[in-house]
Amino acid sequence: MLYRTAGQFKTSYAADHALFPVRQDAWLLGFILLVAYVLFPLTASEFTLNALLVPVLIYALAALGLNILTGYAGQLSLGTGAFMGVGAYACFKLMTIFPGMNIAVAIALSGFFSAAVGVAFGLPSLRIKGFYLAIATLAAQFFLVWLFEKWAWLYNYNSSGAIQVPNVSMFGLTVAGPGAAPVVKYYFVLLTVTLVTWFAINITRGRIGRTWKAVRDMDIAAELVGINPMKAKLSAFAVSSYIVGISGALFVFLWRGAAEPNLFDIPLSFRVLFIAIIGGLGSILGNYLGAILIVALPVIIGSLPAALGLPLQSATIEHLNVMIVGATIILFLIVEPHGLARFWAIIREKLIMWPFPH
Amino acid sequence: MNAHSGVEIIAAPDDGIAPGDKLMEVKNVSLRFGGVKAITDISFDVRKGEIRAIIGPNGAGKTSMLNVINGFYTPQEGTIVFRGVERRAMKPHHAVRQGIARTFQNVALFKGMSTLDNIMAGRSVHMNKNLFWQMLWHGPALREEIEHREKVEEIIDFLEIQHIRRTPVGRLPYGLQKRVELGRALAMEPSLLLLDEPMAGMNLEEKEDMSRFIVEVNQQRGTTIALIEHDMGVVMDLSDRVVVLDYGKKIADGVPDEVKSNQQVIDAYLGVAH
Amino acid sequence: MEFLNSILIKPFADMVAAPDFLLQVLWEGLVAGVLYALIALGFVLIYKSSRIFNFAQGIMVVFAALTLVGLHERGVPALLAVPLTLLVMFLLALAIERVVLRPLVNQPDIILFMATIGITLFLVGLGEFIFGGENKVMITEQLGIPTGSFTFEPFGGFVSIEQKDLTAVIGSGLLVAALLVFLNKSKMGRAIRALGDDHQAALSVGISLSTIWVLVWFIAGVIALATGIVWGARAGVSFALEVIAYKALPVLMLGGLESVLGAIIGGLAIGILEKLFEIYWGQPLLGGNTETWFAFVFALIVLLFRPQGLFGEKIIERV
Repeated sequence: MLYRTAGQFKTSYAADHALFPVRQDAWLLGFILLVAYVLFPLTASEFTLNALLVPVLIYALAALGLNILTGYAGQLSLGTGAFMGVGAYACFKLMTIFPGMNIAVAIALSGFFSAAVGVAFGLPSLRIKGFYLAIATLAAQFFLVWLFEKWAWLYNYNSSGAIQVPNVSMFGLTVAGPGAAPVVKYYFVLLTVTLVTWFAINITRGRIGRTWKAVRDMDIAAELVGINPMKAKLSAFAVSSYIVGISGALFVFLWRGAAEPNLFDIPLSFRVLFIAIIGGLGSILGNYLGAILIVALPVIIGSLPAALGLPLQSATIEHLNVMIVGATIILFLIVEPHGLARFWAIIREKLIMWPFPH
Repeated sequence: MNAHSGVEIIAAPDDGIAPGDKLMEVKNVSLRFGGVKAITDISFDVRKGEIRAIIGPNGAGKTSMLNVINGFYTPQEGTIVFRGVERRAMKPHHAVRQGIARTFQNVALFKGMSTLDNIMAGRSVHMNKNLFWQMLWHGPALREEIEHREKVEEIIDFLEIQHIRRTPVGRLPYGLQKRVELGRALAMEPSLLLLDEPMAGMNLEEKEDMSRFIVEVNQQRGTTIALIEHDMGVVMDLSDRVVVLDYGKKIADGVPDEVKSNQQVIDAYLGVAH
Repeated sequence: MEFLNSILIKPFADMVAAPDFLLQVLWEGLVAGVLYALIALGFVLIYKSSRIFNFAQGIMVVFAALTLVGLHERGVPALLAVPLTLLVMFLLALAIERVVLRPLVNQPDIILFMATIGITLFLVGLGEFIFGGENKVMITEQLGIPTGSFTFEPFGGFVSIEQKDLTAVIGSGLLVAALLVFLNKSKMGRAIRALGDDHQAALSVGISLSTIWVLVWFIAGVIALATGIVWGARAGVSFALEVIAYKALPVLMLGGLESVLGAIIGGLAIGILEKLFEIYWGQPLLGGNTETWFAFVFALIVLLFRPQGLFGEKIIERV
């Protein structure tokens, strides 16, 4: 009887439009937020914060951006990594050109650069569909990474070709760079991710979200009910790339601390795509579940042999790791092609029914 | 009619055309795909407030005609005059904005979305709150959402589909999908509603329901309707005037009784050699 | 003016001024193009017969080359290692059909596509686990491939053609010809082509889908081995080889996912054009290494003007 919906009646459409029409969902979210905002910062070790919590949040954000494009608007993109790079380099240049700029503002602005690049590379989507479009997004992937390498201005003519995050303070507190405390970075990322997620939920359930889904489900029919497919597709590219860009800026400034062009290469794009697909296309929650799995899995596999006392070399573990991730992806696709979010939906439905079978 | 007299359906917008006057006129339209002629020199009109049927054997060019009317195909020759404005080429979403909505022969719903969302998608043309307000949800965007939700709920009540409001349409039986599709078209508040075989694949009971909806939409809202249908009984009962196509050409045009007794129509339908 | 000159006139002036060098560049481009065409052909066969966009084609090249070299390192004679590697590729095709494709039949395209990325990761891990991650040298000489070079002196200049490249071009040409004969003449080949046009019709002919899938994945494996040998002879055997398989993707954009002829012509065109662009525009003007993206951007631009690709038929949309 954990999930009893009986007796919860809506008396207005506004109440029906609340984020959680079912009260138990709101409690669950409250509990998760409590854990994320209070319990983790109090109890998590530096390693947990750096190696698990912060990357989970950042990858989830990137996957959320991709999911808007692929899951909601139906446009497959293989160039997420490069768009994260655009956000990261834009943020880096903004911080160099305007040294006094608040980093939160710089990150928010950097998203506009990736959104603009995203729209430019999204233009072909008006004429090209399906896998052809996916390959077209690879054009962005390879071209942009090449540009990050060749355009020395982007990395301030640094001889190493890499960008390095300096110590950045906000209101007297070091939030980014080598001198920032992990818990401060964690809060910064958590706040950003919470806010963007809330925005994304709102957009996807409103008019614009419906136009995206309509184009995804049947683009010709969408046009015939008066939806302008160009606006729908390009707005999806813009919003998606904005979020991906912000996640890229967070990726470098709040987690990695430095970046070379090849960091944004195709493996990063694929990792984000895995998260979105294993989590569940067309779902917001799925991005978090997928990110937890993809980030945690290697950490767990990496620590298992030592825990079991197996004498494996670290290179061997690394290889096994890649194999297991690949096998896991295939396994998940076979067991539940709609992703982890669907798992949760099924469990939730069962809980609503429970303990009565019907 | 009385069954739903309590339900106020959204009225068709005032398009400045008096009932009985020409709402739309098809003038000498010809359409070709490469060398294949789909439509040859067809002219007819649709008067405001009437139910106009377009009939003909398979491959007669009926669906192509609807596709021309709502801008999906551009005819090589001829023009369409809608609400006094002449045009040849336009994008389908512009046609919708001018007040032409339609349903499809093979249901073209958004399969991954719920009934409610499908019909709400039909309201897209009438909604305009920008990304910023959408993002915040509260305030103008929520007010707009609720205002349109109320209109959509009226349509849902009218079509008696309250129980499937939250169901993804991909899971609905065919007859209900057709009904949801009609709901989506009604949500656009069209002055001209095009229905492409609204009763195809339905059982008798479903056909009766659908006929009732069509008549009520026409009479209560004053929506002009042009429909394609194969069930002759339905066509002759429902429509005010009928245009008959065969091999892309118009062979008859008039009130049901005239058309029924037309020798060419009888030949075309009975398959007598030409 | 200076800028226009450097992009519009000077490159062509350079070509005319040193025709022997131009010939050399064209030859290098052709060799690469033959390989792109070969890999694209593997993609097309799999796509035609199963609607799977096989991202694992690239890693199959690496895996095949690694297996060949790895077997030789463990003391298997080169000429025995080749059939053994083919056996491994066959078992791989069998395993993929059993473990991955069969349970995923009728899933949406994107799910199958993701599954091939899963296969890619698995093979990367497996390859590194068995053979180690370090670069290896292709056993070119042991396989009897000549390693010398021919030189010509046309236009009073100098052109050098490596014998292994020539072998590659001839070998690939023969492989493509054999494939075409197989597709057009054999019953199985015709079934594969019919599958591309109409699944139901093809199945009613009475050939099992699993058999066809195993077969096309095996053909893709054979192509992977051929590519792996040839490219490995030029650049060594490492996971970087995977990148050349990405080049087959813009070829597919140009030629169409289902067109055998498109894959061949598109592959040759892209191989030659990207080399020309790199030498005459990329290196002098853009800092070089443009081969990573040129093919993609070129295909993208072509598709903007011809969305159906070079060889696709114009699509009439219906509702």
